[in-house]
Amino acid sequence: MAFHWSATLTAGAYTPGTLAKVERETTVGEGTLREFLHDMLLIRRFEEKVEERFRAGELPGFLHVAIGQEAVAVGVCRAMEEDDIFASTHRAHGHTLARGSNPRRVMAELYGKVEGVSHGYGGSMHLYDIERGNYGANAVIGGGLPAVTGAGLAFKMRNEPRVAVAFFGDGATNIGTFHESLNLAQLWRTKTVFVCENNHWAESTPGWQHSPVWDDMSKRALAFNMRSIKVDGQDVEAVYAAAREALEHARSGEGPVFLDIPTYRMHGHYIGDPQVYRSKEDREAAAYHDPIPRLRERLGLSDEEFDAFDEEAHRVVDDALEFAKNGTDPKPEDALKNVYA
Amino acid sequence: MPEVTYREAVRDGLVQAMRADDRVFIMGEDIAEMGGSMGVTQGLLDEFGSERVRNTPISEMAIVGAGIGAAMAGMRPVVEIMYEDFLTLSLEQIVNQAAKHRYMSGGQITVPLTIRTQGGAGWSPGAQHAQQLEAWLVHIPGLKVAYPSTPQDVRGLLWTAIHDDNPVVVFEHRLLYPVKGEVSEQLEPIPLGKARVVREGTDVTVIAIGPLVHRALEAATQAEEEGISVEIVDPRTLQPLDEDALVASVKKTNRAVVAHEAVTRMGFGAEVTAVLQHQAFDYLDAPIERVGAKFTPLAFAPVMEQYVVPHAEDVLAAIRRTVGK
Repeated sequence: MAFHWSATLTAGAYTPGTLAKVERETTVGEGTLREFLHDMLLIRRFEEKVEERFRAGELPGFLHVAIGQEAVAVGVCRAMEEDDIFASTHRAHGHTLARGSNPRRVMAELYGKVEGVSHGYGGSMHLYDIERGNYGANAVIGGGLPAVTGAGLAFKMRNEPRVAVAFFGDGATNIGTFHESLNLAQLWRTKTVFVCENNHWAESTPGWQHSPVWDDMSKRALAFNMRSIKVDGQDVEAVYAAAREALEHARSGEGPVFLDIPTYRMHGHYIGDPQVYRSKEDREAAAYHDPIPRLRERLGLSDEEFDAFDEEAHRVVDDALEFAKNGTDPKPEDALKNVYA
Repeated sequence: MPEVTYREAVRDGLVQAMRADDRVFIMGEDIAEMGGSMGVTQGLLDEFGSERVRNTPISEMAIVGAGIGAAMAGMRPVVEIMYEDFLTLSLEQIVNQAAKHRYMSGGQITVPLTIRTQGGAGWSPGAQHAQQLEAWLVHIPGLKVAYPSTPQDVRGLLWTAIHDDNPVVVFEHRLLYPVKGEVSEQLEPIPLGKARVVREGTDVTVIAIGPLVHRALEAATQAEEEGISVEIVDPRTLQPLDEDALVASVKKTNRAVVAHEAVTRMGFGAEVTAVLQHQAFDYLDAPIERVGAKFTPLAFAPVMEQYVVPHAEDVLAAIRRTVGK
């Protein structure tokens, strides 16, 4: 059966261009695309550095990288307005950085420092940054979906032009909070966008083993009569356009939107995951769909131009690392703070 | 002072909070047209409309979770879980989400959410509609838990819960809804974490919550006839707990009984007992007695149900044991 999975994927089930069926105007200019590349490279180099430092034994806790999924984070987060909010998952570095949190403070959080975005109380799986609309990365699969629905309800009740966005993976579509949240959101037409990053893996379990609609998550939305938009998650321009459309629909009060975004997890579930469950072909297929070379090609960048982007990303990441390592350790007894408001 | 039922007092607390603040709204199963399974929210739909009085699907995770999100986004929701047995369905949202957002965010987030629920035995609802689960939630840092026993207390504590910046779970009891009691003309907010001396006495302190406060009053009247002077203290809030008030009373009477309807094993009384033995050890003249349900689910047949849950006679028997009678 593992063969079935790999064969389906490499056969090009997600051929770019066939997914975004809805005609839409793309207003992204080259300058904006260059900014997207900047962000995607920053996330990539940031996460590669995190992998490196984890393996060096410097980082405590669990760490999950979203290498290969950068176009989803950047496309969606760049489409959000300043006052929009979101909730993320255990795989949250990309969303957090794409939304504009300071890389220094994100890295400091991974090191458990006071300067971290959650002041050392959260870690990689609980990145929060209210000023950047980040209402929390959640380490319980589907755990944040009801809250995003409720925030979208609050925006609707107060008639505010704001949207609450939930990121989650395909694995989350099997948990009760997913179904209860989508049902309630559609019923009450909350200002919510549900972003399903379908990387086809629930930890080590492939989509075909965990969901009867693993290759077409839009069917989940259909069950709730919710509008859905399917878009190729490796094409940042398309993700951005789809996210704009979804956000404006939700913002207008017409109801929530389900963004069905097939993508590829190029690395393991967690850093250090030997991926014994995954075929070589499948890993190669994921690498083949790397969104960064694709955007580079779209922009027609020369080696020199691309290297300039890359050097900038490395510089920011190195600076963030330096900042984090020199950060302030919390006092042990600070553990007793922030339990109650 | 006017006399109202516990049910009317809860309703009045909700109405006054909703009139005072647009951010307060309520949601839960069957709370709108039907007025709630216990009739608590009758009339609220007419006054406040369907935007602020929301019938929900049967989705306990989403009811609590949407309340969390609305609270984080600046509202002050009051959600109703029809029976506390159904808290089990929403427990992930209560324990992992509501209780921890503030902490995990390093203090960036507040979750001013109130969760009302009710339960209890005494009318044969069976094993899935009669449990008392308050102790579970007292075990979770980040939550506050109240269990008011009178109309005055429930109105004042509910008001405070709604205006508190933390998630607060308010337990009501099915059998208390028709119970009448005096309430002040003006709503008097009652601070969370403040116990009330229900009855003064000198020989033994009964620390009771919920319906057991009323059972303890019956027992105290009987004990009085036997020459035993009983003091009753109702913590009212289980977290934060007014340890000082409980300890002060026991230091005065030198004997203690703790009483609740939940099963004795790992019940709230176990915690109170630990607090008392630690802080009033030298003052105790007798082992602390515990009164609670027997360790079994609640049966349907009324005779079995009544056998399981504690009554006034059980409290009285415990009182007698503490004084060696």
